[in-house]
Amino acid sequence: MITLLYFAWVRTRIGFGEQRLALPAGVATVADLLDHLATLSPGHAAALADRDAIRIAVDEDFVSTDALVAGAREIAIFPPVTGG
Amino acid sequence: MISTRVQAEAFDAGAEAATLAAGRSDIGAIVSFTGLVRADGGLVALTLEHYPAMTVRQLAAIADEAWARWPLIGGTVIHRHGRLLPGEPIVLVAIASAHRGAAFEAAEFLMDWLKTRAPFWKQEDRDGEHVWVAAKTSDDAAAARWSATPAKGEQP
Repeated sequence: MITLLYFAWVRTRIGFGEQRLALPAGVATVADLLDHLATLSPGHAAALADRDAIRIAVDEDFVSTDALVAGAREIAIFPPVTGG
Repeated sequence: MISTRVQAEAFDAGAEAATLAAGRSDIGAIVSFTGLVRADGGLVALTLEHYPAMTVRQLAAIADEAWARWPLIGGTVIHRHGRLLPGEPIVLVAIASAHRGAAFEAAEFLMDWLKTRAPFWKQEDRDGEHVWVAAKTSDDAAAARWSATPAKGEQP
């Protein structure tokens, strides 16, 4: 099981900020995971439609979508950051 | 060292700078930057959401990087979260060094990297209409000038 965290408009489009998920067979990379998540609900599909508009952190480090998800504890999905 | 804090409460930039200098005589320069909520375009409030665990880690990593790059004596970085009203402070970077050059550069570096690597998101409240702020390519360009190659922890 991994914990998925959603922030900002990714969170509001999906409708909640956190979910636990068992990784399905065949999900090896972050890109595979995003493809799978997009099938879960219309909100997930809307939030994840534009892959260039989202950023990913695996266990609190930024990664690219070709990163492997095996062994990950927590994966966060969010828009480009806008602090400061 | 450069201490980093994430908090909902306001901060006092003058008091933070005074704390850096207290009891020391080796500091020749303190550069202090405060970012404020600007009330343009009918903004009523700004709400800052963040990813707490990652924010703490990223701020510490950015502070460590500044410490490694410039000869600094001390520093304080504070970033607020939650709902903030126009005129309120959002972010503080205060850097102490023997000379002004390092303090100016390190403060600007910290702000540039913080804006592109610390997981905060701003939502504007424009009289009941809530809009997420879009990231600016100018911020990416400002951050990129400090490093030719992406470092670990950089937002790709």
